[in-house]
Amino acid sequence: MNRRGKFIVGGAVIAAALGYMIYAGVTQSAVYFVTPAELRASAVPGKAYRLGGMVVPGSLKWEARSLELSFTLSDGSATVPVRHKGTPPDLFAESRGAVVEGSWTADGYFKASLIMAKHSEEYKAPHDTTQAGYKELIKTLRGEGR
Amino acid sequence: MTTDLGYGMTLVALALAVYGGAAAAVGARTGRPALVESAQHAALGVFVLITACFALLTYAFLAFDFSVRYVATNTNLGTPFYYRITGVWGALEGSIILWSWMLGLYTLIVILRHRDSARELYPWALATMLGILAFFLLVMTVAAPPFQRQEPVPADGRGLNPLLEDTGMITHPVALYLGFTGFTVPFAFALAALITGRVGDTWLVLTRRWAIVAWYFLSLGLLIGGWWSYHVLGWGGYWAWDPVENAAFMPWLTGTAFLHSVMIQERRRMLKLWNISLVILTFSLTLFGTFLTRSGVIASVHAFTQGSIGVFFLSFLALVVLTALGLVAWRWEALRSQGELDSVVSRESAFLLNNVLLIAAAFTVFFGTVFPLLSEAVRGVKVSVGAPFFNQVNVPLFLSLVFLMGVGPLIAWRRASWENLKRNFVWPVALGIAAAAAAFTLGVRSVLAAVTFATTVFVGATIAVDFVRATRARMRTGETLLPAMGGLLRRHNRRYGGFVVHLGILIIVLGVTGSHAWSVQTETTLKRGETAQLAGYRFRFDGLTAVEESNHFKVVGAFTVSNSRVLDVLRPAKKFYPQEQSPIAYVDYRLGLKEDIYLVLGDFARDGTQATVKLQVNRLVSWIWIGGVVLTLGAVLAILPERRRPA
Repeated sequence: MNRRGKFIVGGAVIAAALGYMIYAGVTQSAVYFVTPAELRASAVPGKAYRLGGMVVPGSLKWEARSLELSFTLSDGSATVPVRHKGTPPDLFAESRGAVVEGSWTADGYFKASLIMAKHSEEYKAPHDTTQAGYKELIKTLRGEGR
Repeated sequence: MTTDLGYGMTLVALALAVYGGAAAAVGARTGRPALVESAQHAALGVFVLITACFALLTYAFLAFDFSVRYVATNTNLGTPFYYRITGVWGALEGSIILWSWMLGLYTLIVILRHRDSARELYPWALATMLGILAFFLLVMTVAAPPFQRQEPVPADGRGLNPLLEDTGMITHPVALYLGFTGFTVPFAFALAALITGRVGDTWLVLTRRWAIVAWYFLSLGLLIGGWWSYHVLGWGGYWAWDPVENAAFMPWLTGTAFLHSVMIQERRRMLKLWNISLVILTFSLTLFGTFLTRSGVIASVHAFTQGSIGVFFLSFLALVVLTALGLVAWRWEALRSQGELDSVVSRESAFLLNNVLLIAAAFTVFFGTVFPLLSEAVRGVKVSVGAPFFNQVNVPLFLSLVFLMGVGPLIAWRRASWENLKRNFVWPVALGIAAAAAAFTLGVRSVLAAVTFATTVFVGATIAVDFVRATRARMRTGETLLPAMGGLLRRHNRRYGGFVVHLGILIIVLGVTGSHAWSVQTETTLKRGETAQLAGYRFRFDGLTAVEESNHFKVVGAFTVSNSRVLDVLRPAKKFYPQEQSPIAYVDYRLGLKEDIYLVLGDFARDGTQATVKLQVNRLVSWIWIGGVVLTLGAVLAILPERRRPA
């Protein structure tokens, strides 16, 4: 085989290998974005999903000692119970948007391996109520800490 | 007042840039040096005006001038002095000013350096740079104007994004933007070469060092970004394959490819077309990166039409790519290779393979980044591929690249003989195999870690072989050891600068491999006085305190870290900013060469009796930063003027 041929064959082999790696990578690590309604309609246990919705008020339970977190995500038409092991992230709260990554279990809940809270970048006037909350918190801590 | 003045200056700068670009082009076309000289004056005027805009905005930040909307949204009365300055480029509008300012600065340096040395190419390069500058000034006037009035003028501003209150905010964007804008210079000379038809080596020799400068800053920006992510974001990682990171990584990959393929053209007169294409690609990727990160397109395909910035960048990108491709097609005949590859086993083909792999990596990153957009646009389903995809595809590519790093610099040009191969590679290969065996005996069971370790040792050995041999050669002429080594670095600074960069990469590779393979973490809730254990360390929770700062307050946890003795008290915190809806974690850590101890405060009981904490022992991460320092030093060595003969 002449040199040109060798380079063409070499290039083709590299291109084919890259194509295969990308294909395999995509099929193995593709994560589907779904809403609670879409997940309810066609959930495949074990498949990786990224589920987005609002944390239903009153559904959030956080057990600090066992690190068990559970809550319900809703899109207005359907709800999905979610469980997670770990501290809720900073921006996570009831009535806020959240995106969780994980899989649907046969036991009827969504097992989240990762929780991402949705961050709004828009201007928001500081809430007086939360401010008061912080002040009270600081007082309590001051009292305890000294 | 401020806004009118700023806006006015931006408009004048835009007009001057458009005039200057046109004057330089007409001057070049008709051979009228007076016009080119006029364009130079215009460039100076543009730079002065942008500097004035920048100073004005900085002043508005320092004086809390909330009649400027950008100031009102990105600072408040509590923002410390230092962050009022970095806040100037803390968001889109200010970044564009910084970007334009740097572009103006580069344009001036190009004028000073090249106006007499490159008579034919220079006017067109100047025209191109002013044209690009005009685009950014257009963005500054229409799409993302920093000087917009805020009415009514608020009593206090909103405040800077708390995550940006970090010393990294001064160095990271500055380095990154200097890297991004730096690639404009090689691009401008590439276009000039195409327009004038002088696609030989002149433009390449002129821009070679410029490309290294841009690459140096881009590398620095990426490294500081990693450090910022590690010590601010509190997830214990330094690289997440986030679209923003990928946007900066893609031009880095193609720029790296260019730095290597340049050498083949210099030596063998091959790859002219390839080199021109790489420069065009790298510059386009810097624009694409800005489009990607600033248009909101990542969140959804449909988001980017909401603001005009996305449309602006996409149109300009299309203009740049089409113009460049049109010129390439026009000069097709002149771009054909004069040399030819002689053998598959040669330095040329090692470099060629290096280029193919770097481009493959860039393509992979590109594909993974835009995949959600493609699937949303084509199939209507949003599917993303995360870090596992990028790691899975890129690890083999990067490992091969590291291996080639050992082969490329030592293998012979044209055709490598058995002699050449034996002479250079017997010892390194033996050492690499020995390293793998040693790793196995020491209990390393991860195949990937062992292979990586063996490859880095192999490459390190090739660098040592070369350096020892060259030093010995100099010592035979009577020099003693240290002057011989120093002389080598000085006289062949580009070659050995490259080797030092390679060494830096090897160190980074070890750090990345180690942190992936051996880092451990756990999360736990402790009552006051209680202790948790991880990797031979004990962590005792001592309690919480509250601290008030100028623009926020924080709740600080105290954790005593000990192994056989008390090592440190770490104080991770949660910061509460009034303008933010939620607290922000503040990491505390103890860095070490072997491992970092890294603590993130999670939840806590309001009475201070209990805290949830994430404990991490991250292995070898420090070597990433050490390798980064080595890499940048190598790049500096390579940038220094070459001194072949004693002065």
